[in-house]
Amino acid sequence: MALQIAATPAASEGDGSTYDPDLERIEISLLLEGVYRHYGFDFRSYAFASIRRRLWKRIEAEGLATISELQAHILHDPPMMEKLLLDLSINVTAMFRDPSFYRAFREHVIPLLRTYPFIRLWHAGCATGEEVYSMAILLQEEGLYDRSRIYATDINEVVLRKAKEGIFPLDRMQEYTENYIAAGGKRAFSDYYVARYDGALFSPGLTKNVVFSLHNLVTDRSFAEFNVILCRNVMIYFDKALQGKVHGLFYESLAQFGILVLGSKESLRFSSCEDKYDQINGPEKIFRKAR
Amino acid sequence: MTASASIIVVGASWGGLAALSRLLGSLPDDFGVPVAVVQHRSKNADALLASLLQDVTGLRVVDVEDKEALEPRSVYIAPANYHMLVDWGHLTLTTDPLVRFSRPSIDVTFMSAADTYMTSTIGVVLTGANDDGSRGLRHIVNRGGRAVIQSPESAESRTMPEAARIAVPEADVLPLDEIAAHLTSMVSAAQAKPHVRAV
Ligand SMILES: C[S@@+](CC[C@H](N)C(=O)[O-])C[C@H]1O[C@@H](n2cnc3c(N)ncnc32)[C@H](O)[C@@H]1O
Repeated sequence: MALQIAATPAASEGDGSTYDPDLERIEISLLLEGVYRHYGFDFRSYAFASIRRRLWKRIEAEGLATISELQAHILHDPPMMEKLLLDLSINVTAMFRDPSFYRAFREHVIPLLRTYPFIRLWHAGCATGEEVYSMAILLQEEGLYDRSRIYATDINEVVLRKAKEGIFPLDRMQEYTENYIAAGGKRAFSDYYVARYDGALFSPGLTKNVVFSLHNLVTDRSFAEFNVILCRNVMIYFDKALQGKVHGLFYESLAQFGILVLGSKESLRFSSCEDKYDQINGPEKIFRKAR
Repeated sequence: MTASASIIVVGASWGGLAALSRLLGSLPDDFGVPVAVVQHRSKNADALLASLLQDVTGLRVVDVEDKEALEPRSVYIAPANYHMLVDWGHLTLTTDPLVRFSRPSIDVTFMSAADTYMTSTIGVVLTGANDDGSRGLRHIVNRGGRAVIQSPESAESRTMPEAARIAVPEADVLPLDEIAAHLTSMVSAAQAKPHVRAV
């Protein structure tokens, strides 16, 4: 229930006069249900405000007027579904994004991992793989790569293919080099790639212990027991209920004292898992399964 | 009837820290409506802004994390390098592409607030050297919400308030020092209203 602060009636110009947020909720949930039942993509529990924004961008781009109109196009015209899939998949990522995280990982997690004979890591929602290559570099520099296996998964085939290729835009190498240094890198960043006409090709040795594979956090199950699970800036696109479900999946998939890493603005505070983990090192979102 | 089920969104850019300190510092400690703030800043900025603002207000200042619950007597600061969307009772973050060179974008937050809280939304545009916020403020008024703009004369940088005034001629334009009192009276008038409307 909300207070009506405005004394003025809704303005009559623009789209304001006919907008009904309750009806829009119905339309959006019907559209997502239709997409799920017809195409099999399950966005029904993605964060509502974020889905709404993306749908309206598509509606405007197509010159349509309502969610229901968009629904008709999506269900009858598969290329429109392709467009929507691109709209709904936000794949932005970077190498050594949040350098302070990687520094904390070196300092607080690597010593724990040293005590294991074999280390399994899972990058869930790895997008085009920049994070995976960053972690491989870090493990190599710490002398742990040869006894590690990294499972890198995403829902999106296109980004996984790029991740496997390991070619990243040359014009970002400056930024990545700065990140790498700030992250506590021990060598020259340029040791890890060769510049080619179409981009920076990363050393194939970095992926020799990486398995890239399709995995949908909404519908697929756990597939191994891990010492480290990293899922950064993926669950922000989910609603609270789905976040809770995925946290359950991660909890199940972590070995005793396993490490869970979230994005820098994600929290366990709004999940039911908070008491199952201890936070390692203050501001970084590194948690250890405690019970 | 809960006053928390409505929202004030504030956008600021160049000169924003000083303006926000003045504005938030003048709100009463029992201010009943959550205030969500978007201040443009560099992508590596940390939680410093929240702690600086906490020093000047008795309200709880929160450096927002994903799915942060909206509560009265609280000020929510959009984190650097994320867009902050208002949803029913909470905030959602995204790493969607920059909007008109900004992330966080004021327009993005304002529009999501208007689409969620409709007539119970108040948008406030403060000082800044670009035109972010004016589309969002227009959207708030189109949805039946209210608009407040810092008068360009009282702004360290007048570009953003001027752009907002052109986009939303019906907005209340006030000197910085009068905005807190104006918001307080708008909110308490709404609370006192007998015919409170459920949304
Ligand atoms: C913003 S990117 C995050 C990339 C990287 N982890 C980082 O933080 O830089 C979000 C990724 O989550 C993936 N994703 C979205 N929904 C998913 C799901 N249900 N299961 C697995 N991955 C998903 C998207 O395809 C996208 O690549």
